[in-house]
Amino acid sequence: MLTSVDHKTIGKRYLVTAFLFLLIGGLEAAVMRAQLAQPDQSLLTPEQYNQLFTMHGVTMIFLYALPILSGFSNFLWPLLLGSRDMAFPRLNAFSYWVFLFSGLFLYVSFPLGKAPDAGWFNYVPYASLPFNPGINIDVYALGMVLLGVSTTVGSINFVVSLIRTRAPGMSINRVPILVWGTLTASAGNLLAVPAVSLAFLMLWMDRRFGSHFFDIAGGGQPLLWQHLFWMFGHPWVYAIVLPAMGIVSDALPVFCRRPLVGYTAVALATVTTMVLGFGVWVHHMFATGLPPVSLSFFSAASFIIVIPSAVAVFAWLATIWTGRPQFTTPFLFFAGFIVVFVIGGLSGFMTAAVPVDTQLTDTYFIVAHLHYVLIGINVLPVAGGIHYWFPKLTGRLMSERLGKWSFWIMFIGFNVGFFPMHIVGLLGMPRRVYTYPDGLGWGALNLVITAGAYLFAAGVLLFAFNIVRSLRHGEKAGPNPWDAPSLEWAVPSPPPPYNFAVIPSVASRYPLWEDRLEGHEGSSTIGEGMLLDDGRETVGTSALDAIPDVILRMPGDSPAPLILAMALAALFGGMLVHSWWLSGFAAVAAVMAMTVWLWPEAALGQTMDVVDEPRG
Amino acid sequence: MSLVADDVRLYRGEALPVGSKGRLSSGWWGMLTVIATEAALFAYLLFSYFYVAAQATGRWPPHGPPKLGLAAAGTVLLVLGSATMWWGEKGIRAGRRGPLLVGLVSSIVLAVGFLVLEVIEWSGKDFSLASDAYGSLYYTVTGFHMLHVIVGALMLAMLAVWTALGYFGARRHSTISIAVLYWHFVTVVWIAVFVTFYVTPYLQR
Repeated sequence: MLTSVDHKTIGKRYLVTAFLFLLIGGLEAAVMRAQLAQPDQSLLTPEQYNQLFTMHGVTMIFLYALPILSGFSNFLWPLLLGSRDMAFPRLNAFSYWVFLFSGLFLYVSFPLGKAPDAGWFNYVPYASLPFNPGINIDVYALGMVLLGVSTTVGSINFVVSLIRTRAPGMSINRVPILVWGTLTASAGNLLAVPAVSLAFLMLWMDRRFGSHFFDIAGGGQPLLWQHLFWMFGHPWVYAIVLPAMGIVSDALPVFCRRPLVGYTAVALATVTTMVLGFGVWVHHMFATGLPPVSLSFFSAASFIIVIPSAVAVFAWLATIWTGRPQFTTPFLFFAGFIVVFVIGGLSGFMTAAVPVDTQLTDTYFIVAHLHYVLIGINVLPVAGGIHYWFPKLTGRLMSERLGKWSFWIMFIGFNVGFFPMHIVGLLGMPRRVYTYPDGLGWGALNLVITAGAYLFAAGVLLFAFNIVRSLRHGEKAGPNPWDAPSLEWAVPSPPPPYNFAVIPSVASRYPLWEDRLEGHEGSSTIGEGMLLDDGRETVGTSALDAIPDVILRMPGDSPAPLILAMALAALFGGMLVHSWWLSGFAAVAAVMAMTVWLWPEAALGQTMDVVDEPRG
Repeated sequence: MSLVADDVRLYRGEALPVGSKGRLSSGWWGMLTVIATEAALFAYLLFSYFYVAAQATGRWPPHGPPKLGLAAAGTVLLVLGSATMWWGEKGIRAGRRGPLLVGLVSSIVLAVGFLVLEVIEWSGKDFSLASDAYGSLYYTVTGFHMLHVIVGALMLAMLAVWTALGYFGARRHSTISIAVLYWHFVTVVWIAVFVTFYVTPYLQR
């Protein structure tokens, strides 16, 4: 069980763990909203408030937003691609365990009242040793480096799975948009995550080994932190929304009873967003005194990046407009997402203008913007996606009645809670203050915000209740309860361990709708194809056209990923408490685990002992 | 029978290979992605160096341009180590284990030589990690690279064991090809580090 490398098991673990982190992060927000409901409250001390808003951000952005999407993609990719597992099943298990351990690591000092407390972007010099001498920031710094390992190996797995493990005939222009989204996010992560891991390592060295990367007195540069952080941070924003937009692009059309309008445009917009996303990081730094030429460039880039997002929005609207919408719960979540995304996009467009940003930076306007973007583009599609794929995950449907109630409560609560934040922001309320004095006129709006936030939380809890209830009492679903077009709906719900009894061949974007669509290109075969029943096998295909070129041998269950993840966690634990013995011992254990893991095996076709060289 | 299934059969006039086969193996592609993310890491390291250098108010580097001798010799060792690995891999492709073993052992020896030169160079410096931002950058960037050389040398050592055990031959040697890819990357990264720290200070004068 702990040694499982099945992508479906790992995907479910990701989904459940990330959802629990969502509830924890939500609880932290609820406490903060109680403190801010009225002026001059004293429920929390400033120190407690700092830790709460920091852990709220860290939890939602790093421990919920990407991992939940990794959960969807891990569970779905091989099913969508017509394969039997990810390219690296053991690496997949490793990625999950490291994510879990880094989540625990980041929370290790929370019960002691020593949690990270300098905000999720953790600016120096505030996060430097002289101003923040406790263990708080060390926990954050090392925890983030550890989490970076998980994100990186997870991204490697997605990229290589896309390149190598698509079903025969699933050329690159036939993969679902969710796959485009996760691929783009993963490629972006490979290039972006090293920036933040490096920044946090440098910060830890500044704090504990007296280096001077960010310390002006030693010739270092405080702004170097901001550059490295946002070079990572902005692409990361796209990494945690593009797969969610992919969920909508794939699932919304099912409830419009037609294919997505503008598949090619949406796929290209996905990639373009990420490419441009690497050139806008300075818009987080407009107020730092950079030269005007730099501000102009990054402001212009931030305006331009709206275009690919708008392409996707118009594609979804056209899909609804020209389709026959079915107002199911997933449809409501996806439609609600479009509304919230447009509002969040507009406020982002506003702050792309340097003068506007200079006025609004570090106010509640930004808090409103980022919640519209992150809850809008992540939480709502995720909720819709869980409704949509719940039958595939569990074999049962979620309750539509509870689902619709939870949508409307979440949607209304969200807008009541977050829209007024724009206004208090315009009135000048700064973000990250633990309280505010009476007489500024912010009290009434803040009470509304708190009420809305609690309504939103009630919707989330109803949604969670629906999940738990439907697990036992949900209506049994067949293989394809929504009459959807993609490959995951061709296998039983829940799918068998091997996914596909034979490897399917794919001839179009919508293999299960081919007999109904006009002018379809060919016909896919799902019931017959390569049997590949000689041990654990799947087919490897060429990168663009998906022409079979090798039969891949897949590894079985293995304890190595868990052991390596534990060794790595111990290594970082030793670094945190300066126990170099522990770290050294853990490093040796890690090398040994890797040696066992990588030991060439005849069964995987890695050594000369392999017996069944070429065959049909 | 569908068009695609027929295409597949037609395309595969002969049978598909099975298992881990060179550039068809998942590991080969996995290593390319590892190299992409590692290259990004070094790009950010060198960005940090140039950023701090560009913003520096006094002279840069603060201790004057570093002496070239040891680092240049180290560069030669690493390039030679890449060449010996290339030659060893060529051997195993033709099914000859002898050249592969010779290649592996010589590359390990050259790597150790590089590390020794680096340690000598480190111990001769009159600044430390904690003395100023230049020192922090110098030891961190070269330290990161040394760590990569150590990991690479350990990898080569495991490959030598596996080769001695007779795991590899003309038909099966993906593990070798994948590790060699990494080893070449470590050499290329060093050249970028060398140019940044040792060559550019002479260019700006």
